[in-house]
Amino acid sequence: MPGNSSGSSFFERVMAATPGGDSLRTCLQCGTCGGSCPSGPDMDATPRKLFAMIAANMEEDVLVSNTPWYCVSCYYCTVRCPQEIPITDLMYTLKRMAVQRGHYSKEAHATLSNSFVGFVEQNGRAFEFGLMTRYHLAHHPLKSMNMGGLGFQMMQKGRLSISPERIKNMPQLTAILNEAKRIAAQEV
Amino acid sequence: MSQTNGHHYGYYPGCSVGSTARAYEIANHAIAGKLGLTFEEVEDWNCCGATEYFSLNSIPAYSLVARNLSLAADQGIVDLAVPCSACFLNLHKTDKYMGKFEDLGEKVNQALAAGGLHYDPGTMKIRHLLDVIVEDIGFDAVAEQVSQPLKGLRVAPYYGCLIVRPDSDAGYNPEYPTHLDKLLQVLGATVVDFPLKAHCCGGHMTQISEDVAYELIRRLLANASEYQADAIVTICPMCQLNLDAYQPQVNRMFGTSFNLPVLFFTQVMGLAFGVSEKDVGIGIEIVSAKDALSKIGQEEEPAERKPKRRDKKALPMPPSLS
Amino acid sequence: MSEEKVGVYICHCGHNIAGTVDVEALSEWAGNLPNVAVARDYQFMCSSLGQELVEKDIKEKGLTRVVVAACSPHMHEPTFRKACERAGLNPYLFEMANIREHASWVHPDDKEAATDKAAAIISGAVSRALELEPLEPFIAEIKEPTLIVGGGIAGITAALEIANSGHQVYLVEREPSIGGHMAMFDKTFPTLDCAACILTPKMFDVGNHPNIHLLTYSEVEQVDGYVGNFTVRVRKKARQIDTELCTGCGDCWERCPAKVVDQVFEAGLGYRTAVYRPFPQAVPKYPVIDRDACIYYQKGTCKACEKFCPTGAISFDQEDEFVVLNVGNIILATGFDLFDGRRIPQYGYGRLANVFTNLEFERMSNASGPTNGKMVLRDGVTQPETVAIIHCVGSRDKNYNSHCSAVCCMASLKFAHLVKEKTDAEVYSFYIDMRTSAKNYEEFYHRLMEEGVHFVRGRVAEVTDAARQPGEEGKLIVQAEDTLIGKQRRIPVDMVILMAGLEPRHDAVEVSHQFGIGCSEAGFFTERHPKLDPVATMSDGVFIAGTCQGPKDIPDSVGQGAAAAARVLTLIGQGEVEIEPIRASIDEERCSGCRICNNLCPYGAIDFLADLGVSRVNPALCKGCGTCVAACPSQVIEGQHYTFDSLMSQIEGILYDVRPNGERVGYEPVPAK
Repeated sequence: MPGNSSGSSFFERVMAATPGGDSLRTCLQCGTCGGSCPSGPDMDATPRKLFAMIAANMEEDVLVSNTPWYCVSCYYCTVRCPQEIPITDLMYTLKRMAVQRGHYSKEAHATLSNSFVGFVEQNGRAFEFGLMTRYHLAHHPLKSMNMGGLGFQMMQKGRLSISPERIKNMPQLTAILNEAKRIAAQEV
Repeated sequence: MSQTNGHHYGYYPGCSVGSTARAYEIANHAIAGKLGLTFEEVEDWNCCGATEYFSLNSIPAYSLVARNLSLAADQGIVDLAVPCSACFLNLHKTDKYMGKFEDLGEKVNQALAAGGLHYDPGTMKIRHLLDVIVEDIGFDAVAEQVSQPLKGLRVAPYYGCLIVRPDSDAGYNPEYPTHLDKLLQVLGATVVDFPLKAHCCGGHMTQISEDVAYELIRRLLANASEYQADAIVTICPMCQLNLDAYQPQVNRMFGTSFNLPVLFFTQVMGLAFGVSEKDVGIGIEIVSAKDALSKIGQEEEPAERKPKRRDKKALPMPPSLS
Repeated sequence: MSEEKVGVYICHCGHNIAGTVDVEALSEWAGNLPNVAVARDYQFMCSSLGQELVEKDIKEKGLTRVVVAACSPHMHEPTFRKACERAGLNPYLFEMANIREHASWVHPDDKEAATDKAAAIISGAVSRALELEPLEPFIAEIKEPTLIVGGGIAGITAALEIANSGHQVYLVEREPSIGGHMAMFDKTFPTLDCAACILTPKMFDVGNHPNIHLLTYSEVEQVDGYVGNFTVRVRKKARQIDTELCTGCGDCWERCPAKVVDQVFEAGLGYRTAVYRPFPQAVPKYPVIDRDACIYYQKGTCKACEKFCPTGAISFDQEDEFVVLNVGNIILATGFDLFDGRRIPQYGYGRLANVFTNLEFERMSNASGPTNGKMVLRDGVTQPETVAIIHCVGSRDKNYNSHCSAVCCMASLKFAHLVKEKTDAEVYSFYIDMRTSAKNYEEFYHRLMEEGVHFVRGRVAEVTDAARQPGEEGKLIVQAEDTLIGKQRRIPVDMVILMAGLEPRHDAVEVSHQFGIGCSEAGFFTERHPKLDPVATMSDGVFIAGTCQGPKDIPDSVGQGAAAAARVLTLIGQGEVEIEPIRASIDEERCSGCRICNNLCPYGAIDFLADLGVSRVNPALCKGCGTCVAACPSQVIEGQHYTFDSLMSQIEGILYDVRPNGERVGYEPVPAK
């Protein structure tokens, strides 16, 4: 992932920010990705179309698209792509770019990621109960009541703990993540 | 750590097995002894970041995963067994990418250095637990342990995505793997040729878009029912959670009445090995496995889709590969 | 210092070299190299004016060595050797320095480095030129018979062209009958003539031609020799049939109780007996016994065929025979293998009954095929109401084959037409790009649009029987993005046809080694020049035709078959050919007789003379590869034209700028006056 000169195009930046992303240049527009995607029907543009838009440097349109946020990381597109383009990884890149740009920062998808990451950064472990409460109360207060039934059941079965687990050497993890963030900030 | 002798592995449990997939953890340890497997847990491991961290920041996400790799390597672990598919993917991918993309490897190590750690990509083999059992233990050794064959139980083997995609070093087919099928056959179960065996369970979409997620879950349940499976057997905590815990919701949304228990493969292995239901964590699933498990040992009802006697006019089928 | 006078000529090759390498400065620099009498640069050395420049200098300046720094010797070494010869200089005193492929083309972004490297290459060539010795080419007589390997349409065409001009042909075919893939087809695009109707007359001609010696059910085992004089050992597999007695009446296969799926001619869609003739118009007409399927060979009893054969032609004891052929030229027309559709599990071939391959469909559509031309599902009865055709199966896909298989778009149109002609089915054709670029091909595409085929632009993601919504139950669902709409579509169909791509033969690499020719990474045989010499190879006297060279359709295969025949006829017409005198020779005085070279020689060209206790190279078999030269522990084998001295001085020349302390100075242009 070479650093970006400010002059490089959106297309170049997307590729540079994705390991192996250069192969995006060779997209045949065959639609194997769009055809394979389990949530393809819900996307406002299929991955293939999004790639054409990226190549055309339609930065704004690409970054407001819901497509990457509907990616379920099933990697069907990646293994089927006849040009071996790392499509799932490109979706991650686009999500990061959209968040940095301020798109989707308040939307459900990004908040879920944010809440999840927040707990991990706090404890070093995921915390499902916290995630359910924090994320759902913020976004779907009504749904969370409905989900409450499931949550209660899960708790009864001992499958949901109400207090987070925490790793021992939290300072070490924090130091690593802070340094990683510093490096990442230089990159963009 | 003593290694290669016997079947000793590093073990990265992942967050789910402590909570939503508690049954998996119980069962993994229940069968390990039977198969001569010993696990050495990575000390003070942290979350792999699931699919979420990569959506926000790339270098921190890889660094989060790499801390585990570094800790495990320092412990002397050579083969790291991972029961969760998402954890397996993240650990495997980080190891691979750090080696393949030098720049990424350097940056991640720079971050690790802030915590006094370092990781040389390629130090460890990261393996899914299913792969360890199939390849290292082998079907023969598994068969030797079977005392209560799962005769009469029709199961749909469900791999989900991340154990076979985007790639595994083990060489399983990313579209139509068969190693879980074969393992379940060794246990004596009737294994249905489940077309959607490697399709997506919806992942984190249950949290974001019920419309999308529940439809994906419905397809899987519908297809497994169509093949008259009594239970779905999976190898991934996320898949189990989505298919099991959200099954009532799916029924509500679509007006369906699926009643398909979803079990971990080590749970049914334990049952076949004669371990009690309780000791493999049966009973904490949302969709009860009780009815399905009662079929074990009973004569199987003749399946409706009995292969017809080959019609004289019928054209030959191509032989299957392998 | 040697007395030789060297002329150095540096070619611009338009911008190919001059755009990167500073040719003017180099030519001035080269003028100062030892023994260089003249150094020039010129726009196109290969032009007649460029060649005249060389000839003039040889005559006027008395040059004794010539170095041309230009492209690969594969391209123009013969050109400049001839120029030297015209001016009276022995052509083997010419040396080519490749500063295009080895310098300008590989370092396009670094002019300085490219010029520096070109200087080293030229310096090496000049030093080597000084050590060259005049040689006289061998003259080889061209033996008249030609070997053709492969009896498909390309091989058949070549065989008939050569035989009709009065020359002998040996046609070797692996299968029991000639005809190749074309014999399996139903119709041919874009004219829709019946494949058998146009092919079988040619097959018949081959079988009855007095100049064609047909060796079917046979394979080439070994090839020795060189252009004009190849010795070829052929294994004639035992047919278990005495062809002197057999009349091809068919009593044997009608009585044979052993039935197996015919994976070759019927593409797995039909059955044949253990004793079988692949198809009624087979040439020759004699059957073979498939020993793996025959009950007698497996269990020791049966012999039904023998009991019923009216002429006593069954011969269970028959064994493989070997034939040694002496031929002057060879044409390889070994064809292609079909991509194995089972390798793409998401298309369901081998798992979902009603997914078929293109070859299966050809057989199904063929009136003499397993369904007598009826278009039915795998149950053998039901006619499809909807058919999907999937393009690019195993082609244009880096996971399998990157190349385009060239024939599938047109074949898919043909299939769509045949489905429409024989059923009322709707046809969906899923393509990435529709490639119809030859005479009357685009018109055929338009015709199929008029016939109402649904063309969907999108590569199919998967074929599944997992129904998701009403209307899908019991169907195969083809899921793809319709890229012109930008939406995912699921189209329920009854039958799916996979347009599996064309691959090199599974044993193409071994065959290429056997005949001493090159093949691409994929395994298609490499032509001498992709545009100007498409049927010749780097081995003189070995030609290629048809799909073994790359995917192509029938008209192109026929064209190449005829072209290869023309090239062979040219050589036969010449009667003799010059062969490079580049051979190894052993200094018998110093040979220790260790025999290491004997076994290493890939051409079996080194004999051990027991009475003298030394080894000797047979120049007729030696190809000058140099293996023995490198292997000889006493260093007493010398390769002509590539002598030890010439190679050492070339290396010294390349290192012209290295100081005694090992430091490289690099190329320094002559300061401007």
